[in-house]
Amino acid sequence: MAQITLVEAVNLALKREMERDPAVVVLGEDVGVDGGVFRATLGLIERYGPERVIDTPLAEALITGMAIGMAVEGLKPVAEIQFSGFGYTTIDQVVNHAGRMRHRTQGRLSCPLVLRMPCGAGIHAPEHHSESPEAMFAHVPGIRVVYPSSPRRAYGLLLAAIRDPDPVVFLEPTRLYRLFKEEVADDGEALPLDACHTAREGSDVTVAAWGAMVHESLAAADALAEQGVSAEVLDVATLKPLDLDTILASVAKTGRCVIVTEAARTCSFASEIAAGLAEEGLLSLLAPVQRVTGYDVVVPLPRLERHYMPDKGRIIAAVKKTLAFG
Amino acid sequence: MSVVARFEIRYLQILDPQGNVVAPLPEFAHAPQRLVALYRWMVLMRAYDAKAIALQRTGQINTFASLLGHEAVNTGVASAMDKDDVFLMTYRENGVQLMRGVTLKELFLYWGGDERGSDYAGPRGDFAICITIAAHAAHAVGAAYAMKLRREPRAAVCALGDGATSKGDFYEAINAAGAWKLPVVFALTNNQWAISVPRAKQSAAQTLAQKAIAAGIECLQVDGNDVIAVRHAMDEALERARSGGGPTLIEMLTYRLSDHTTADDATRYRNPDEVAEAWKRDPIVRLRTYLTAAGAWNKAAEDALLKDCNEQVQAAAQAYLDTPPPTAKQMFDHLYAQLPAVLHKQRAAALGDD
Repeated sequence: MAQITLVEAVNLALKREMERDPAVVVLGEDVGVDGGVFRATLGLIERYGPERVIDTPLAEALITGMAIGMAVEGLKPVAEIQFSGFGYTTIDQVVNHAGRMRHRTQGRLSCPLVLRMPCGAGIHAPEHHSESPEAMFAHVPGIRVVYPSSPRRAYGLLLAAIRDPDPVVFLEPTRLYRLFKEEVADDGEALPLDACHTAREGSDVTVAAWGAMVHESLAAADALAEQGVSAEVLDVATLKPLDLDTILASVAKTGRCVIVTEAARTCSFASEIAAGLAEEGLLSLLAPVQRVTGYDVVVPLPRLERHYMPDKGRIIAAVKKTLAFG
Repeated sequence: MSVVARFEIRYLQILDPQGNVVAPLPEFAHAPQRLVALYRWMVLMRAYDAKAIALQRTGQINTFASLLGHEAVNTGVASAMDKDDVFLMTYRENGVQLMRGVTLKELFLYWGGDERGSDYAGPRGDFAICITIAAHAAHAVGAAYAMKLRREPRAAVCALGDGATSKGDFYEAINAAGAWKLPVVFALTNNQWAISVPRAKQSAAQTLAQKAIAAGIECLQVDGNDVIAVRHAMDEALERARSGGGPTLIEMLTYRLSDHTTADDATRYRNPDEVAEAWKRDPIVRLRTYLTAAGAWNKAAEDALLKDCNEQVQAAAQAYLDTPPPTAKQMFDHLYAQLPAVLHKQRAAALGDD
């Protein structure tokens, strides 16, 4: 088993599925000869040729719409949007078409595509390269929103996303692309979608997070353990449809919940989980739910990034607030 | 300075508004009986259209987008296509859908607000009606890419309106189709109006066809009230697509004789004289004049056809009205291949059995 990074795990999953299923095609800006600006598609064009690994014109709405047309025609397109900040023009296609094709034809047509988008802050990138649009996509009926937090999770969830018969927006945390390595078995085994994963067991407080914030939450849990606090960290992994039951079960055990996202606060996905807990988990709660989020400001340019992104310290502070309650 | 490129836009008309043959008839038009078959479709479309409007005015279907005046465009496009081709449409191509095997009842169901109207038994691979303007042009590129990748002798036909040519989606799609030389035909109906905005205010371009030149693809302008010209242009474009020659954009000049939809009142923005002028170019009258002069049509045939068409639409409307309404289940049943666990509760709530 090899130790690989998250971006290498994405690459490995793409190779595995292209090898297994001739209907899988990869398309996007610079995904072919260049191997993708993050090298997620490295080596694919050499192995599978330019007809299946497609360098598209520079047009994100086209890429998404094209993937829809391909999917309806029986291919399994995996489209890359170079950065999620360029992905806002895809929203028309995702909302109005990808998420509706099966319903509006009552099952006659379907749209099995994956829209990969590198996202999140923390890599000192220019404007529009640090966005966290997960809540916007999670609001859309008929699609799935998946957000891996580690190499192993990226490999297994991407396989699952490609094999899923419905459209999946697959958000990849750029900050974790090369931050650490993990052993990943290239065994073609997909991880389940629509399920939260327990990243660390604990008994005093539940910390729910996704993407890069899982990593930050695990770091906070390590520090809290040294102070005698046992934090359970949940990797939400599939935001839509949300596995609220696993979160409820964890909170039933711990009685406290902190939800972490680097997206802006208002209408963030943390708000959706908090609402679910208020509706269905109120009697388990020993303290008010805490959200640790980005601020309701424009994601700052690199110099102020560290002031914006939730970090270990803010997560620990929120956990302590729940412990101090009452 | 020197000239690095020069372009021209061809225009095709075979039957003039008086029904005179003004250019060589293509082979398919040599036998009048084949034109009679097209004429029958055009008359059925008009009967369907009138019935749909009547159903809307009496509250039996919802907002309806009439295809009045578009009968030659619809018929010419559909008659050139093969069953295995894929059609991507707007809301004004019910005529093409009919000819490709969608039933009148299914069309009424669609406009009656029932998703089952898009689950038709006929052309199973055709896309659903695309209401967002030009978004489906990108779908056509993807579908055509799939056909080319699999080396299939098929083509995607994407119907668009003049309004669509103002959108980025349109430019992105024709550009990519040209770059990859894809088997796709952009069948552009220029009916002169994007709801209330006339063609002259939409673009300074002399023709809409010429937008294809920027994308490096073949294009031409045809008289969209001349079914022979539309059919011939489509035949050539589909032949080019299937033989690896790449995409074509056909600008079909016609006129929206109706309001934009039944929710619109075109008298607010359109000069009635202009509409009266447009009626003189009625595509149905034009073909009938030609067929009558050729001895292939007469009043008895016309009367019988009208009776038959009216009976067909009447029966279909009744079948639609007799269809049990959908239940709330329909909102959930095909949202995903399998309804995610989290939605079971919402489904139960919607069905009132939670």
